[in-house]
Amino acid sequence: MAATSKGPVALALSSRWAKPVVFALGLLPLGWMVWLGMSGGLGAEPVAEAVRQSGLWALRLLLVALAVTPLRILTGQAGLARFRRMIGLFAFFYALLHVSVYVGVDQFFDWAAVWKDIVKRPYITVGMGAFVILTALAATSTNGMVRRLGGRRWKALHKAVFVAGAAGCVHYVMLVKGWQYPPFVYAAILLGLVALRYAKSPAAGRRLSPSYRT
Amino acid sequence: MLIKVRSASQASENEVTPRGLFLSRRSIMAGGAAALALGGTGALSGPALAAPFQAPLTVSPKDPKMDAQTPMKSATSYNNFYEFGTDKTDPSENAGTLRTRPWEIAVDGDVGKPTTFGIEDLLAFPLEERVYRLRCVEGWSMVIPWVGFPLAELLKRVDPTGNAKYVAFQTLADRSQMPGLKYPVLQWPYVEGLRMDEAMHPLTILAVGMYGETLPNQNGAPVRLVVPWKYGFKSIKSIVRITLTQDQPPTSWNRSQPREYGFYSNVNPEVDHPRWSQATERRVGEFSRRKTLPFNGYGEEVASLYTGMDLRKNY
Repeated sequence: MAATSKGPVALALSSRWAKPVVFALGLLPLGWMVWLGMSGGLGAEPVAEAVRQSGLWALRLLLVALAVTPLRILTGQAGLARFRRMIGLFAFFYALLHVSVYVGVDQFFDWAAVWKDIVKRPYITVGMGAFVILTALAATSTNGMVRRLGGRRWKALHKAVFVAGAAGCVHYVMLVKGWQYPPFVYAAILLGLVALRYAKSPAAGRRLSPSYRT
Repeated sequence: MLIKVRSASQASENEVTPRGLFLSRRSIMAGGAAALALGGTGALSGPALAAPFQAPLTVSPKDPKMDAQTPMKSATSYNNFYEFGTDKTDPSENAGTLRTRPWEIAVDGDVGKPTTFGIEDLLAFPLEERVYRLRCVEGWSMVIPWVGFPLAELLKRVDPTGNAKYVAFQTLADRSQMPGLKYPVLQWPYVEGLRMDEAMHPLTILAVGMYGETLPNQNGAPVRLVVPWKYGFKSIKSIVRITLTQDQPPTSWNRSQPREYGFYSNVNPEVDHPRWSQATERRVGEFSRRKTLPFNGYGEEVASLYTGMDLRKNY
């Protein structure tokens, strides 16, 4: 409906409070983890649980960031676009937390052991790969960097977010023991989001175009 | 043939934990234990449940300072028991549905006297308390005071034949009691195995309790294996069947990932699991990691079982 662009949702999205609200939402998982840590809620092995939780939230927020554009097109809410960068940076923030707790607390800065893990354990190799990509994308996320790189090159570089997402899912699939389904749920969501973006057939194009909505 | 050797890990008289210490520890857990008992079905409540074990301490770590006992709350809330879910807290949250009375273990295979032992028969064996290190393949460890008896004592009663070279174990697999069986995490039922000499080794026990109490459901009630020099997954829980065999029996994790989990699975800091370095471990409740010991520190007692074997190949 054309009216949605001026409806209450669009108004809310364009409100000057929208970004602070999204920012606060992005901090909720951190707050939750801090609360668990202080109340003993991280359980008998708090270090392992902190690594697990921060990794899960990095992956979740990465998927949310990747869902922004398809959601924008499907709903016709152009105002969604301006939250994408912040959500992506929150994904990076939790990935950084994940890596920091692993390196700084779990391994206690034993760089030799960390390096051995990275080269010897495929799931850590893949996870670190995802983290390196996210770091590059976070570093080039500013308006200044977009200008310096040029829109076309910046866009090409930031396509790597899908590689990071895939690596994150593979990392999760590889690290669980036995046949467990939760990592595959994340992988399926990622595949769905990729399929939405790359659905290039005319029919799919129409389905994705805002004017299709009646 | 069981040869009793008094070794460094056996407790001397002065190491016996005073009763009062146990009682004070238990009072902390009283609330939780009561909740567990209420959460279970009526079948859970048997006469043996309430009675604490008065078992003499026979084995404890050489250095009780290095190997302080893990708080009971940690040992009963951080568990791998995939029949009740794959999260560490799932077993303590979901295992209330396990009915541990009545309970039977069928012992069969290459034995002269196939026997079915009821839980009452198992509790009638002379019980001992043994404080063992438990090392999980995931890189964490605990120190747990088990109450049980040597597996050898049970095996002797069934007269193993000359053909018995291995012992196969099987966990209960009942969907109505174990919600985790819905998911094909592993091929159910969970199975494990030992070589005959490992099974007959005096350190190998069947545990029916821990911390002076009946075994909590999430820890493998009512009876589980404890093999302290092997990774924790070898210490199979909630056993319903023991079969003596001529051939090496399948084991669950080996069947799932043969490259990662071998039949022996002795704790070995030199042989890494493909996904985890086994060089170090974190004792649950501690902050920094410590070096993992060969055979989990029980090399003096068990290394001779593997003389001449390439433990890199037989991981």
